[in-house]
Amino acid sequence: MSFISQSSPHAHATNSTQKVMLTVAAATTPGFIALVYFFGVGVIINLALAIIFSLALEALVLYLRKRPIKFYLSDCSALVTAILLGLALPPYSPWWLIFVGCIFSIVVAKQLYGGLGFNPFNPAMIGYVVLLISFPVNMTLWTAPVGFANAPSLAEAFSSVFLNAPLDGYTGATPLDAFKQSQGETVAEIYQNESIFSDAVIAGAGWEWVNLGFLLGGLFLLWRKIFSWHAPVAMLVTLTVCSFLFYNGGSDSGAPVLTHLLSGATMLGAFFIITDPVSSAVSQKGRLIFGACIGLLVFMIRHFGNYPDAIAFAVLLMNFAAPFIDYYTLPRSYGHNKSRRATEKVDV
Amino acid sequence: MSDVNYKEIVHNGLWKNNPALVQLLGLCPLLAVSGSVVNALGLSIATIVVLVGSNLSVSLIRNAVTDAIKLPAFVMIIASFTTCAELLMRAFTYELYQILGLFIALIVTNCAILGRADAFACKNKPVPAVIDGIMMGFGFSVVLVIVGAIRELLGNGTLFADMHLLLGEFGRGWTLQLSENYPGFLVAVLPPGAFLVTGFLIALKNIIDSELQRREKLRQTQETEAVSRRVRTTGNIT
Repeated sequence: MSFISQSSPHAHATNSTQKVMLTVAAATTPGFIALVYFFGVGVIINLALAIIFSLALEALVLYLRKRPIKFYLSDCSALVTAILLGLALPPYSPWWLIFVGCIFSIVVAKQLYGGLGFNPFNPAMIGYVVLLISFPVNMTLWTAPVGFANAPSLAEAFSSVFLNAPLDGYTGATPLDAFKQSQGETVAEIYQNESIFSDAVIAGAGWEWVNLGFLLGGLFLLWRKIFSWHAPVAMLVTLTVCSFLFYNGGSDSGAPVLTHLLSGATMLGAFFIITDPVSSAVSQKGRLIFGACIGLLVFMIRHFGNYPDAIAFAVLLMNFAAPFIDYYTLPRSYGHNKSRRATEKVDV
Repeated sequence: MSDVNYKEIVHNGLWKNNPALVQLLGLCPLLAVSGSVVNALGLSIATIVVLVGSNLSVSLIRNAVTDAIKLPAFVMIIASFTTCAELLMRAFTYELYQILGLFIALIVTNCAILGRADAFACKNKPVPAVIDGIMMGFGFSVVLVIVGAIRELLGNGTLFADMHLLLGEFGRGWTLQLSENYPGFLVAVLPPGAFLVTGFLIALKNIIDSELQRREKLRQTQETEAVSRRVRTTGNIT
């Protein structure tokens, strides 16, 4: 009988990058189902194209960089980026739009900086923002959430995606668009006039279910300990507090709290975008600040800015600030009396 | 300094020491006005005129100016030539002058020009100084026009649009249209596009350089191998 003494830690790591990424990808399912249910096959086409383009581009760049292609492709990080980008783009987007988005996500924002773990910015959000400021017409062309049965048929979807045929009869304002475009009306008037609120008065038909779907997926990830609660909770709390403080009962067109929480990309952003371990702050305190600032920025841009939704801009701005936050929130290391700045000299 | 190597001046200006790609001087105009070919070309010509003029003048007065007041004197010379270029553009290409606006006047602050005056012209005779000015100017202009062409093509789907602003009626029909309903890739015309395109050009130059270096090394080792074939070494003898 042999006694093999092993030193600590005795825990077995069960998490690999691939497993984490696949869990994240799987957790988007409820939100994805809700999107397909309300917006039709366009969401599936979006996602499929984004995944194909992203994996192909990732493989191409890895080949050019002379890195092992299979090894890096199997960490599935490109898959997650593709899924997030595909979910964020308006359904029935033309193929070239998705292609350009994937180029900027995968090639520019990720691989040119050195691949997974070296990207200072969230790749999916870079792709999204490049598209948003380059092709504002296509990027604001959401179809109305009319339900799967009434959504564009497969043939119409394909002609929109590949032949650039416009989907005139189907497009409609998103809830946040409706609030942005009806400055001067009261909230009650907006609810009455905009068709998107005719079925649901919280955050617009369909959108609240989509957001609840992503919330569910996010809670699943939280339960699986894929990320800590700090950043999402800080962001949602800040957004809630801000929108509550600025909501004056509906006598102007400021959106109520639940609209802020359950429309646009709030939940997708809170649980799937700002929790990116690479581009966010590192320590727990840092993540609280990181999340809170994103919540604040989202509210400020939505409420005072020109864009109806702001997750992407807020996330990128805070990605810039993440190293700065880390610098001031370095945790106290065990055995030291007080926490110190990251670059401070230590007396030995 | 009679043994000036003109070949090296040309090589330095156009490739090895290119002001835009290697020295990264004059980035402000490079990034700001390279939105289209006509803007880039207009500013290029103005820059070349100023650069050649200032190099010549600095070289002529190089023995009469003491080191203490060297820089102010150079700046005065450059400012004078910039004013000339500005007035000329205002006289002959007024519309283009209005588009380029402040950036013509800002040629004064273009470090590439002061850099050449200080690093080359004030130590060399007039003829090499002029040639250096022309080559450095060309090196800068080529990059500027390439960046302008790429950004115009990506951003608007056109090439050589509005060339009549610079060339008069002669250049009116030059516009090439990529496709009728090109959506226009706005990022390319916005400031990020300038940084991205310039970055890619620098990367391309570095790739070419390293490839050339690799070949040179390969050639050298082959040569030395050929010479030293008879020398015995430990290890493999082929």
